[in-house]
Amino acid sequence: MTLTNITGIARSEGDPRVERKGPSSMRGADRLARALGWFSIGLGLTELVAPGRLARALGLEGKEGLIRAYGARELASAMPTLSIDKPIGLAARIGGDALDLATLATALGRDNPKRRNAAIATALVVGITLLDVAAYTGVKAAHRRSPGDDRDYSDRSGFPRGAQASRGLAREDFNIPPDYRAEGTVADALPVLAL
Amino acid sequence: MKALVWHGKEDIRYDTVSDPAIEHPRDAIIKVTSCAICGSDLHLFHNLVPAMLPGDIMGHETMGEVVEVGSDAKGSLKKGDRVVIPFTIQCGECDQCRRGNFSVCERTNRKKELGDKAFGHATAGLFGYTHLTGGYPGGQAEYLRVPFADTTHIKVPGGIDDEKLLFLSDILPTGWQAAVQADIQPGDTVAVWGCGPVGQMTIRSAILLGAEQVVAIDHLPERLSMAAAAGAITINFAEESVVDRLNELTGGKGPHKCIDAVGTESHVNFGQPDTVLDRAKQMLMMENDRPHVLREMIFVCRPGGVISIIGVYLGLVDKIPMGQAMNKGLTFRMAQAHVPRWTGDLLRRIEEGQIDPSFVITHKVDLSQGPEMYATFRDKADGCIKVMLQP
Repeated sequence: MTLTNITGIARSEGDPRVERKGPSSMRGADRLARALGWFSIGLGLTELVAPGRLARALGLEGKEGLIRAYGARELASAMPTLSIDKPIGLAARIGGDALDLATLATALGRDNPKRRNAAIATALVVGITLLDVAAYTGVKAAHRRSPGDDRDYSDRSGFPRGAQASRGLAREDFNIPPDYRAEGTVADALPVLAL
Repeated sequence: MKALVWHGKEDIRYDTVSDPAIEHPRDAIIKVTSCAICGSDLHLFHNLVPAMLPGDIMGHETMGEVVEVGSDAKGSLKKGDRVVIPFTIQCGECDQCRRGNFSVCERTNRKKELGDKAFGHATAGLFGYTHLTGGYPGGQAEYLRVPFADTTHIKVPGGIDDEKLLFLSDILPTGWQAAVQADIQPGDTVAVWGCGPVGQMTIRSAILLGAEQVVAIDHLPERLSMAAAAGAITINFAEESVVDRLNELTGGKGPHKCIDAVGTESHVNFGQPDTVLDRAKQMLMMENDRPHVLREMIFVCRPGGVISIIGVYLGLVDKIPMGQAMNKGLTFRMAQAHVPRWTGDLLRRIEEGQIDPSFVITHKVDLSQGPEMYATFRDKADGCIKVMLQP
């Protein structure tokens, strides 16, 4: 819920309106990360709200608490994944995928009558893990600073007369306006008091 | 026309939009010749101010040529005039404007009710900077409607490149005001946190105003090299303690004046745990801003000193050590820049060759490259410090 929804603010009538959308600043990896973030929220809420149904479907009865905890984990990783700190969220998701796979592995035994469901879930998690890894590497590559980015701008002083000659130039014809004076806060030192 | 349009978090697009038109007799339309991406645009890029609507045009650093003038603005503008447009829209008549406090003009925010609710009292209308400040379309476009145009422009002469004049719209007067409101005196040590475009202008302003030592604090080598070019002493906070170094430079007493040119998006650094906590709280919408710089300034500032805040803050901040500030007797000054208050004087300094603001431009590209430049600027990739766009 944003302020724009709460307040119902709208664009003024005469303002320019979008007629045709053009290329975006978002890259493919950004879009994938966003989709994974929303997926995290959906899965996390499902795990929190219906851990019993999930446990029964996968043959993981008795692990409802663990599934609920995984739901909280999904929501926690969704936050950074949907934020500008996507790599943190995606790294958390990859770690979570490993936990999911480890848990599902316990449901793949022959003694689990729902092992077919567990196998399908495992395949899905493997697929999601691949997407998480692709998003993570894509986002890191798209938004990283490379070693060559450390440019040297030591020839850009902005002072046509040179830095040293420019020190105090404005004091010749500029007085700090009265409403910006902080006189008295760093007052000139008085002579030492004679006791 | 073409324009850079906000569609959501990290989603700026180069769209085709309808042309602006005169809506009020005080309006003018300018054909944009140059515009720029401001560091504060990144706060909108990151959707930190939840008062943007998809379809809003970005940009508040703009200059161009007047192509149409409303009937009430004809006394001060005519077709063909070359103008820089301040990022603040001012009526020139209200009590605040007459005091020179243009960024808190009482009349130009056309969404005053919303501004009143958010800030207690609405501030001036701004170009391309959320509906809290009027929701006016911005100037990263081919054309811009300038409301209150008779008082919202800086006429500039021909014969000087756009590169030298464009920054009269924002970052030069903003940096200048940061230094002025610190009341810099000869002999002062002035510490400036943040060496982005506004920080760079602040450093130059502090030097022009005669500060004995200007100390520039950042962690990006290219920005520190640009700060050092102006004669600043540099501190890379990723490599050394800011507090220890500032105390060392001031005989243990701390800087007389501390200037925050960072604002809401302080760098998150695992060596500074409060920055990590702030980021987590910001993500959970428990805090709007990341005020590490404010905390550090209050801690290190000399007792009786001045804290000048020009970096943009958006809302609520946590864990500000007011006990330190109060007991040390610090003076706080802060504001969005009152642009026209300073631009006449600064234009003269440009014309006289005291300062050439074009030094800060690292990327000059076509407006169509705006979307990718937002990402480049945000990522601080390719040595990017300031992006100038030309339609």
